[in-house]
Amino acid sequence: MGVATYIKDEKDAIKEVILQSGIKVKAVYTPEDLERIGFDYEKDLGDPGEFPFTRALYPLGYRSRNWTTRQYTGFGTPEETNERFKLMISHGQTGLNVAFDLPTQMGYDSDDPMAEGEVGRVGMAVDSLKDFEIAFKDIELDKIGTGLTINAVASVMLAMYQSVAEKFGYKKEVISATPQNDILKEMVGRGAWIYPVEPSVRLIGDTIEYSMKELPRCNPVSVCGYHIRESGCTPAQEIAYAFEIAFAYIDNVVARGYKAEEFVGRFSFNLNIYGNLWENVAKFRAARKLWAKLLRERYGVQNKRALFLRGIFGGGGSGMTKQQPENNIIRGAYYALTAALSGAQTTALCSFDEAYTIPTKRAALLSLRTFQILMDEIGLRDTVDPLAGSYFIETLTKEMEEKILEEMEKVEKIGGMIEAVSSGYVQREVARQAYEYEKRLQEGKVIKVGVNKYTEGVDMEVELHEYNEEWARQQIERLKELRKTRDNKAVKESLKALEKAARGTENVMPYLVECCKCYATVGEMANVFREVFGEHVEPNIF
Amino acid sequence: MAERKVRVLLAKPGLDGHDRGAKVVAHALREAGMEVIYTGLHQTVPSIVNQAIQEDVDVIGLSIMSGAHIPICRKLMELVKEKGIEDKLIVVGGVIPSRDIPILKEMGVDGVFPGGSYFKDIVEFIQENVKK
Repeated sequence: MGVATYIKDEKDAIKEVILQSGIKVKAVYTPEDLERIGFDYEKDLGDPGEFPFTRALYPLGYRSRNWTTRQYTGFGTPEETNERFKLMISHGQTGLNVAFDLPTQMGYDSDDPMAEGEVGRVGMAVDSLKDFEIAFKDIELDKIGTGLTINAVASVMLAMYQSVAEKFGYKKEVISATPQNDILKEMVGRGAWIYPVEPSVRLIGDTIEYSMKELPRCNPVSVCGYHIRESGCTPAQEIAYAFEIAFAYIDNVVARGYKAEEFVGRFSFNLNIYGNLWENVAKFRAARKLWAKLLRERYGVQNKRALFLRGIFGGGGSGMTKQQPENNIIRGAYYALTAALSGAQTTALCSFDEAYTIPTKRAALLSLRTFQILMDEIGLRDTVDPLAGSYFIETLTKEMEEKILEEMEKVEKIGGMIEAVSSGYVQREVARQAYEYEKRLQEGKVIKVGVNKYTEGVDMEVELHEYNEEWARQQIERLKELRKTRDNKAVKESLKALEKAARGTENVMPYLVECCKCYATVGEMANVFREVFGEHVEPNIF
Repeated sequence: MAERKVRVLLAKPGLDGHDRGAKVVAHALREAGMEVIYTGLHQTVPSIVNQAIQEDVDVIGLSIMSGAHIPICRKLMELVKEKGIEDKLIVVGGVIPSRDIPILKEMGVDGVFPGGSYFKDIVEFIQENVKK
């Protein structure tokens, strides 16, 4: 995905450019285009920091606030992760973004047979509060914001984060966590789901409701168009699906008797950058505008800050190639530029060794430096929304807005995102497009440098991030020791109370916090939900 | 008598849920005239082997992105031997560093197709090597 389709004549002159979202780009844009789309500064843009926020969320953009860089970090044992966290912070990183290993993401303890070979492989292994105590040692939890990349058991991990902060003496009111906590996109794109659709969405509702009352600085949901785009959808669909997912979560909490106004300001988005620069810039500007407008129209949200489309715009892994991996350094820099021109609040980049392995220390640092060069050397902090007023960009932003609404309507016709995911509609749509793109790439109809054009030369050996089997052994040992030394009676009681809450309609969060503080394991808590809710069955999409 | 279509079981072993590659290959093999059975996510090796036997497939294809391809394939090859289904062609794809390809081949994996492999190479490999 990501590259536009170019129709050329025999002399290699471009006859037609069709962006992935289906929009045709003209060779020249003039004031007439702005007239044609009925461009109105106040209505379509507004000043930066003013509704509908097309230009920026804040009046002074990056002048008042540099962006936050949040590279995805975490591997092996909590000790290793703690070391890497400190390294990234010492190099100027301002937020953490925690990667968990697959057993943790899927709610299995490190000694579960399902976890074999996976402990600590793609992220940090977490079995209990003990592991968080090690991973976050000496990190200032009142100053650093932490993204927790976990979904099916996000409720468990948010409770764990509160527990570790309280254990370290911080008040729960001062901590800032952003669990990813977007299960619908897992069912479309990333695959780390456990429970069926409805109870999964209820758990997300529980975390939103709980954060509203108890964790004022936490952002309980990060809605991810990112992974759906990685799986093959177009940029317009990415935003459309993300908004429809967000509405599904909003509706769950609204049904509990709250107003969207009370909590929606805590939502954040995780969106993707790769491919055509202009299409992406227009996408983000259109998305900021539409989100504010739709929240106002559909949910009556008035509070300005609650209308912000906040979040991380990150460089997409799908843009990275295995061939000529050093090219990915350049691609990453352009994606970072796109993020800056789009007014991204927070960013992260996939590292150049993405197609091979999880990032080595050297590669992760290089990604961080990429952002720093843009901000400190190139002048991206100089002025807000520098592309505003361009005949082309404003026309494209308007056309993207229309495409996004078109895709949203398709989902709404099916009955909303819960239905569209349960029935497999979105998965089918995404898989089909992924195949068609791959075919076009292999036939040379879309161009990827180093893959199907300019393929000669510059290959390199990539230094691999090593997986250490010793990590699993250590982790399992610590878990066994924990099971012997903790107060098992208290664990049992806390799990029982959790089960009761899960079976009823009570919010499970306070019970999860209690379980965490008793050192119940992630697997034990996840299994309570498995028993009560059952497991998700994928719809057949072929 | 019409020739029987090549039957392929495409499986996602382990906990990794990145299935874009598996689904894309499923489409491509089907378009090449093969019958494809896709297991869905989070499969254990024994369940993959059982499905391969039940569905009487000619090819078992694994898609692995988590880096756990070596332990998973080792387990699979042991079970393939134990169940006496060495006649099935074993193909693996995903995030596979080139240095691991000889290790996988030595275990008895017939074909390895890392990310970026061409459909036509995968299709040709299966057509030429399927053990009939």
